[in-house]
Amino acid sequence: MFTHIRPAVVTLLLFTVLIGIIYPLAVTGVAQLALPKQANGSMIERDGKVLGSALIGQNFVTDKYFHGRPSATSAPDPKDDTKTIDAPYNAANSSGSNLGPISKKLLERVKGDADALKGESGLATVPADSVTTSASGLDPHISPAFAKAQAGRIAKARNLPEDRVRGLIAELTEHVAFGLVGEERVNVLLLNLALDRLTST
Amino acid sequence: MSLNGWVLIALVFLAVLVVARPIGIYAARVLNGERTPLTPVLGPIETGLYCLAGVDPAREQTWRAYTLAMLVFSAAGFLLLYAILRLQAFLPLNPQGFGGVAPDLAFNTSLSFVTNTNWQAYGGETTMSHFVQMAGLTLHNFLSAATGIALAAAVTRAFARSGSGTLGNFWADLTRVTLYVLLPLSLIVALMFVTLGVPQTLVGAIDATTLEGAKQTLSIGPVASQEAIKMLGTNGGGFFNANSAHPFENPDAWANLLQIWAMLVVSAALPFMFGEMVGNERQGHTLLWAMGLLLIAGVGIVYWAETRGNPLLTALGVDPASGNMEGKEVRFGQAMTAMFVAVTTGLSCGAVNAMHNSLTPLGGLVPLFLIQLGEILPGGVGSGLYGILVMAILTVFIAGLMVGRTPEYLGKKIEAREMKLAMLAVLILPLAILGFTAVAAVLPSALASLANAGPRGLTELLYAYSSAAGNNGSAFAGLNANTPWFNTTLGIAMLLGRFAYVVPVMAIAGSLAAKTKVAPSTGTFPTTGPLFIGLLVGVIVILGGLQYFPALALGPIVEHFLMLDGKSF
Amino acid sequence: MSSKLAAQPLCDGAILAQATRDAITKLDPRQLVRNPVIFVTEVVAALVTALFIREVVLGIGTPMFSGQIATWLWFTVLFANFAEAVAEGRGKAQADALRKTRADTQAKLLVGLHGGRDDVWCPRSASELVVGDLVLVEAGDIIPADGEVIEGIASVNESAVTGESAPVIRESGGDRSAVTGGTVVLSDWIKVRVTAAQGSSFLDRMIALVEGAARQKTPNELALSILLSGLTLIFLIAVVTLYGLAGYSGTIVPVTVLVALLVTLIPTTIGGLLSAIGIAGMDRLIRFNVVATSGRAVEAAGDVDTLLLDKTGTITYGNRLATQFIAVPGAGERELAEFALLASLADETPEGRSIVALAKSKYGLPDPQIDRAKAAFVAFSAATRLSGVDVNGRVVRKGAVDAVLKHLALTNEQAPFEFRQAVERIAQTGGTPLGVSRDGRLLGVIHLKDVVKPDIKERFAALRAMGIKTVMVTGDNPITAAAIASEAGVDDFIAEATPQDKLAYIRAEQAKGRLIAMCGDGTNDAPALAQADVGVAMQTGTQAAREAGNMVDLDSNPTKLIEVVEIGKQLLMTRGSLTTFSIANDVAKYFAIIPALFVTTYPELNALNVMGLASPQSAILSAVIFNALIIVALIPLALTGIAYRPVGAAALLQRNLLIYGLGGLIVPFIGIKLIDLIVAALRLA
Repeated sequence: MFTHIRPAVVTLLLFTVLIGIIYPLAVTGVAQLALPKQANGSMIERDGKVLGSALIGQNFVTDKYFHGRPSATSAPDPKDDTKTIDAPYNAANSSGSNLGPISKKLLERVKGDADALKGESGLATVPADSVTTSASGLDPHISPAFAKAQAGRIAKARNLPEDRVRGLIAELTEHVAFGLVGEERVNVLLLNLALDRLTST
Repeated sequence: MSLNGWVLIALVFLAVLVVARPIGIYAARVLNGERTPLTPVLGPIETGLYCLAGVDPAREQTWRAYTLAMLVFSAAGFLLLYAILRLQAFLPLNPQGFGGVAPDLAFNTSLSFVTNTNWQAYGGETTMSHFVQMAGLTLHNFLSAATGIALAAAVTRAFARSGSGTLGNFWADLTRVTLYVLLPLSLIVALMFVTLGVPQTLVGAIDATTLEGAKQTLSIGPVASQEAIKMLGTNGGGFFNANSAHPFENPDAWANLLQIWAMLVVSAALPFMFGEMVGNERQGHTLLWAMGLLLIAGVGIVYWAETRGNPLLTALGVDPASGNMEGKEVRFGQAMTAMFVAVTTGLSCGAVNAMHNSLTPLGGLVPLFLIQLGEILPGGVGSGLYGILVMAILTVFIAGLMVGRTPEYLGKKIEAREMKLAMLAVLILPLAILGFTAVAAVLPSALASLANAGPRGLTELLYAYSSAAGNNGSAFAGLNANTPWFNTTLGIAMLLGRFAYVVPVMAIAGSLAAKTKVAPSTGTFPTTGPLFIGLLVGVIVILGGLQYFPALALGPIVEHFLMLDGKSF
Repeated sequence: MSSKLAAQPLCDGAILAQATRDAITKLDPRQLVRNPVIFVTEVVAALVTALFIREVVLGIGTPMFSGQIATWLWFTVLFANFAEAVAEGRGKAQADALRKTRADTQAKLLVGLHGGRDDVWCPRSASELVVGDLVLVEAGDIIPADGEVIEGIASVNESAVTGESAPVIRESGGDRSAVTGGTVVLSDWIKVRVTAAQGSSFLDRMIALVEGAARQKTPNELALSILLSGLTLIFLIAVVTLYGLAGYSGTIVPVTVLVALLVTLIPTTIGGLLSAIGIAGMDRLIRFNVVATSGRAVEAAGDVDTLLLDKTGTITYGNRLATQFIAVPGAGERELAEFALLASLADETPEGRSIVALAKSKYGLPDPQIDRAKAAFVAFSAATRLSGVDVNGRVVRKGAVDAVLKHLALTNEQAPFEFRQAVERIAQTGGTPLGVSRDGRLLGVIHLKDVVKPDIKERFAALRAMGIKTVMVTGDNPITAAAIASEAGVDDFIAEATPQDKLAYIRAEQAKGRLIAMCGDGTNDAPALAQADVGVAMQTGTQAAREAGNMVDLDSNPTKLIEVVEIGKQLLMTRGSLTTFSIANDVAKYFAIIPALFVTTYPELNALNVMGLASPQSAILSAVIFNALIIVALIPLALTGIAYRPVGAAALLQRNLLIYGLGGLIVPFIGIKLIDLIVAALRLA
């Protein structure tokens, strides 16, 4: 057994240097030089201020912005750090709801959200993504159907014809590549940015 | 389900197969110590390593010495990682200033990474510094994967050799696999991930001001370099809590394809390596077929169950057209989410791009069952190969008698000693999974950790111990596993699932290597071809199914019928 | 013991009655612990019985249900014991037949050696003889112990051991020197050195073997037992932990039901039949008049890759047949044939008969008109090696060439050139020349030749399909050997074989990872017999050969090797098929019991009750009853073995998998449903 200790320790330490340090630093170096935008999180800046990442959803609550999917992320309760409070789209603590399909909590939450969206949009059935939390709690996308369900509210809040809003959704809808890869989707942050641009011009 | 979904599933499998064969043959050459195109670059590093470590790569080891070397190495790795975790506060590259990790969590996490489980009882972005992610976790993603492949190579040699007392040299195998196979692949895949949007920076977090003026802190770091080996080494321990569902780990549908491809490719390459090393490629193909058929069946069931949606939500006015979306990301689509779910559990990867705890009952049954089948479809890198070889030995033994000969696999007679050791290995999983779950199921302190009531709560426990013992690492998350009870018992389950399993397997290898290879004839039980594939699949499913059916009946199966009946908990 | 026992029916009333009694005595846990699966069943049967008594005494629970479960669990154990007892009973019946021949005999222990028959002997009970004693055995005496002839020659009736009543010659030196205790000297006398003491003689060992007293688990049986024990442990874990898993949803599963689940899941079917299969395999071998000295050898027989077969007697008729008459100058071919026919009239050996047949068919000779009462036939004797007839003043002789020449008082050189040439040619092609003389005059030579057995080529083809290579061993020169080899269709041959050649060939094949079977009879075969994985010694062979081999063929028929291989394969196949059947059965049992188990907590699980069983209790009871009855139903199969066909492994597997794998999945669904209908109709649950 003792004959194995030297190879074990030496191999471990050398690999710590080679793989634990040199390998990630090498990848970092190449990435930062060749692909700085992606390597730093695909951040979006406006007027020199970081608005967020194109990849990470944000918690939109006001009527004039498209809302993302419900998010189940949380944050430590500032009053009692053994507890947590709901903090949707907390990009420092990704998480899903982890509620099973026959969970009463899930059904109550979905019922509330679905009823609200039905009331707002006048739809009889709501798109699934509009009332379900994403896996990461940071899903940047919604389905075009969910976006369209919100078009009326946006148009009203922004005093825009609903067609313009719908046109914007259609414009920003990302399609299934080659009919195979991905899903019809709209990036909420990009959509809202375009909405702001539309309104300001 | 859609035809397009199935076409894409088929294309991904095809893309894996196309690359798996050359990688497998290359790995066989590397493990044989042959010269490769990378030798001019990596050869000096390899030689230097041997020199400093005092290793003679040509010196062969018996199964005992090989296993002992592996155990000492894993123990050293465990101690070093435990120390790094505990001392995190005093180590560099800690931009967010995280403190030391608690003892029980450090114990659990160290075991988790050394055993290639990568169960996360912690949230990466809220617990671990960049130094720990790199020098601790990324390192062990490599080393635990390389250890698995080394062990698989040793077991393979037992079948390739005749009347041999030795199985190779652990240090040489470990070093060669790490340098020549895992490192180059990881470099390539890491840069592909960056191209697709996975961050790679030493910055800890970026503060953003959202459109609505709120502050959003975005955790970030050297994600791509870890993501590559996390998938290639079937480790599955994510940089972030949400793992491969997090947009920084898995930014879009293309990255998702690359993730599935990367996690399959090395494990799928190993049966080719096996065929190459034993000098009969068809033997490797047969194993891969058995693995593949079960995996495809798993993908199909998840895909079917998830696209049907949740009838309880449909009743509330939710459109079932896009299926069950709770705990899923929009960008991947149901087909590639289903494929990810089945593949990550058929492999012992454990990375997730959807929250398994929110899958439908049958959609959740599949990953659970795939883990319980022993992580052999195609299983963890290395561990999947030696795991399915144990199943092949059992299959040959049960059915091989039906041709009227003492059972033999690849010319090696399977006798009482091998049977004893194989049963010993096979007993470990049900003992750890069912034993711990049964205790936790009636332990109030354990039940306090559950996220869901009703059968799903039991499934959370069953899944946790299955994942730990199977060295998978995925979870029916939501179960608060960061408690002393779970950290300890899950740690023990991981330990048993990896080492208590592999030691008897290595003993089988030692015993088989020493046997003279029996020449094949038309009277020999055929271990290639559709009949054997069917038989192997049957033994895997029936043996696995028989052990876990009662437990599954009380978890996902009854939950399915409850859901159809409109009941909720 | 051979032919009469071979006809033994599968169900013999006496054996069944005895087996029923034995099944009960086998309940002794000390005995049963050797069979872990059935032992576990017994332990839980006792447990449920205790629970049943408690329920009856305290008036709680469902004693009617527990009582029935307990009963059927005990039946499961009894049925398993019964299977073993029946197999043993069939062996015992053979042993008893053997034992009758072992009545105590008086031996003539030699005390003073003077040579010939002048030695002094004193009577001594056979049971008091020790190894190394010398005994005299004369005509009419029973040979008192196994031994080796050191002096004399005698004809011996060995029917007590072989069932063959034709006497055999035993003489000192050479390959016919071994004698077996219990056989009878018919003529002449021999002196025998005792080589096995009472209790360890060949007969004793045979008795012990067929009785199963000396039975140990064979390697494969042991490995299979380990698998079955492992499965039992796995199911024990699955069932015990179910208590906790069910506790999660507040279900208290009654112990009786858990026990029922456990017993139906553990492989009781194969566990109960395993030893019966092993005993029956040995038994089948004995029915073929082959005694294996260990079960290991029977298993090894199934694995054999290469068969080493002696040419003579196996591939060709051991008795050479006349194919040609070659007259010397001065004698006609027809005259030669005529007198050869005359000389062979009383020769009832196959050679003699073949000469008669050839003379009649080739030359159309009629039956000679001689007065048999006046003719003096000279029988073949080991000393003269001549036979013939003295009739009407004529002296006609035929026999070995040198013996005939000696009879004619000729040296070899004095024989006519043509005669010598013919003899040489015949010998070179592997034939045997027989000289014929009449009234002191040499007539010519009869060509006796090996004739390949008519069906042997097909048998070798079948062996080839099984993946077994055949190798012919012969003393012939390579040219002759090659001719016969191609005629017989063997894969390889060893010509001009010496015992060393055989040994070397076996070692070379074994180094390539092949298993070898061979048969032999001579002392010089002993090393090769010992080296071979399956060595079948001929009963007529020497003691050394019989000790070296791991099987003894009582009929001394080398062709048996093929059957021995088939029996070995059949034994392994029966085990494998019933194991597969047993495990496949579990699927249906789960569908019967699991919904029943949790029906109160989760009525939704009744969706899994695909068989539509009447009630939870009847479902559980039916599964337990099916589990017990299937053992009884499979006893005949375990005893007779499953059908073997000499086809390739892939075809065999396909067939057996379809019958026992798929059948094992389907049969219990039907069986449990039927039993449930009966249980429900009788209102048992």
